[in-house]
Amino acid sequence: MLNVPTLAQLQSEGKKAEIVFWVGCAGSFDDRAKKITKAFVKLLNQTEVSFAVLGTEESCSGDPAKRSGNEFLFQMQALQNIATLNAYEVTKIVTTCPHCFNTLKNEYPDLGGNYEVIHHTQLLKKLLKEEKLTIQGGKFKGKRITYHDPCYLGRANQIYEAPRELLQKLDAELIEMKSCKSKGLCCGAGGAQMFKDAEPGDKEVNIERTEQALETQPDIVAASCPFCNTMMTDGIKNKEQEDKVQVMDIAELIANANDL
Amino acid sequence: MNYIPNIIFLVLLSVSLAIFIRNIKRINRNISLGKSIDRKDQSELRWKNMIRVAFGQSKMVSRPIAGFLHVIVYVGFVVINIELLEIIIDGLTGSHRVFASLLGPIYNILIATFEILAFLVLVAVIFFWTRRNIVKIKRFWKAEMKGWPKLDGDVILYFEVVLMVLFLMMNATDSILQGIDPKHYIEAGSFPISQFLVPLFEGVSTENLRVMERSLWWMHITGIFIFLNYLYYSKHLHILLAFPNTYFANLNPRGKFPVDFNIKGEVQMMMDPSVAIPEGNTSPPEKFGASDVFDLNWVQLMNAYSCTECGRCTSACPANLTGKKLSPRKIMMDTRDRLEEVGKNLNENKGVFKADEKQLLNDFITPEELWACTSCNACVEACPIEIDPLSIIMDMRQYLVMEKSAAPTELNSMMGNIENNGAPWPFSNQDRLQWVNE
Repeated sequence: MLNVPTLAQLQSEGKKAEIVFWVGCAGSFDDRAKKITKAFVKLLNQTEVSFAVLGTEESCSGDPAKRSGNEFLFQMQALQNIATLNAYEVTKIVTTCPHCFNTLKNEYPDLGGNYEVIHHTQLLKKLLKEEKLTIQGGKFKGKRITYHDPCYLGRANQIYEAPRELLQKLDAELIEMKSCKSKGLCCGAGGAQMFKDAEPGDKEVNIERTEQALETQPDIVAASCPFCNTMMTDGIKNKEQEDKVQVMDIAELIANANDL
Repeated sequence: MNYIPNIIFLVLLSVSLAIFIRNIKRINRNISLGKSIDRKDQSELRWKNMIRVAFGQSKMVSRPIAGFLHVIVYVGFVVINIELLEIIIDGLTGSHRVFASLLGPIYNILIATFEILAFLVLVAVIFFWTRRNIVKIKRFWKAEMKGWPKLDGDVILYFEVVLMVLFLMMNATDSILQGIDPKHYIEAGSFPISQFLVPLFEGVSTENLRVMERSLWWMHITGIFIFLNYLYYSKHLHILLAFPNTYFANLNPRGKFPVDFNIKGEVQMMMDPSVAIPEGNTSPPEKFGASDVFDLNWVQLMNAYSCTECGRCTSACPANLTGKKLSPRKIMMDTRDRLEEVGKNLNENKGVFKADEKQLLNDFITPEELWACTSCNACVEACPIEIDPLSIIMDMRQYLVMEKSAAPTELNSMMGNIENNGAPWPFSNQDRLQWVNE
């Protein structure tokens, strides 16, 4: 049973949470991404982190609107969310979605939303360092894992090491794709591409990236973004490799390793 | 004494500098057509960035072969230009190798260094030419590289070959004459490379050698003056603009897109009509986003002049890699072409822009290109001098959506969902926590 308090509940009990888990629209509604959300919550519960979610008070961060060019809608979303977060006097936020992460961290401050925003891989790394989280390596021992850098975590915010450090704890073999870290190739669904068809071309971007991933002959493609996860999962299916290769979020891998 | 050569040299120098300054002023005027943006903050960080990226070529070497060859040409270019100072003084005063007596033995080291660098530049340039024309590296053969851009790339290489060969031949004839006629040709300099060219001039009479040496000297300096003024018409402006371009680069995290403060008041008012409009922030901008060069900021316009069309951006672009029309390099080339067109219009109309019923959007860059972008920042990361094609793409998308309501249909439904349910999909916000119990 998951323990997921909302800020409203805590407030009615006169309590506060140390950190707000910003679930994001994908994490709340997308069937694949919901599994990532749950895996992360299991880890939060296991490590007894004091957290809460906004629940029905959360609304889209505005990232896809802004990347589509709709600054007006973006600011409406941002100001609404900032009003909610500020009313609860939120200071720290963790997200499992690099797009929400980037928007909250970099674009909300100019509109009056100043929070310490971290990505879930950063929080998990911190918990590991503080010895609140242990990672059982056994299950993934000897597995080949390749990590796909999400653009909004990597190039956009220079976070390359936290996810890799976590993966190394799994005792697996971490193999880099030919384009990785600052040169990582996009999965194809950033900049609001998730919500539209691609322009005419020779190939879908996620297929190109999946081919790079398959070149490493992985057992697992690790991701840390719900959109990348969807795109890479589709790519693997397109290549009919879904029986051999799994696409998993880092939170899922760790939850799985710890038998949660 | 005969002053005619000095006068000719003075005229040549003055005319080429005058044309060069006129062109720089035009570039400056055209860049100033852009909107203001504050990039004067954090000067210490900006200097560091410029020193690392432009002087230090830190991003060039991320592709080791091209990076290594480029460092050779760059160092060669900077160092050999010390020689230019001597040539100009000699030209103006009628002296010959004026630094020789001033510098003594150091002069030998200097000339030897120039020669070795000239040779290395020659080798590097031949490699560059081979990569373009024999190996045919893909990024040099993309659609936007047809015609002038292709020729321009080769012409620059030919210029460099000719200048280096003239320099070495000049030294070869000079060194022979030093042995024959030390009265006019001071015995100075060490010639580790041009000594191998000496046999070419075996049996040539002293008089003819003199004519050759003088001709080579004049051709070399004239070539440099022509090259200086070729810059404005070519992609080669980066040798100057790379420095301001990196100084004024965006220092924010790449994922942070600028927030438009002009509309904040309006948004607040719409959300809560009781909110008083903040003073001085009452009117929304006349136009959202960019449809022409006038709507871009001056850094974006400077970016366009700085682009060397190397295509590292395009070769890293996921859309371009998968055959879409978008090419970040083309975005920069189009911006420059349009800006040049606007500049010509200004020249012809006494500085007042005469409406030409053209704009950057549609006439140069199509919506299809703009909508193919995943905003992944690979192009920005790849650029060796920190050009930001993504910012132009985003400004133009903003124009399409906010001024023309011309987003692709699916994006309109996504935005409708956000407006109505606070999520890009048609789910009710009341169901946000359903995952807990599933």
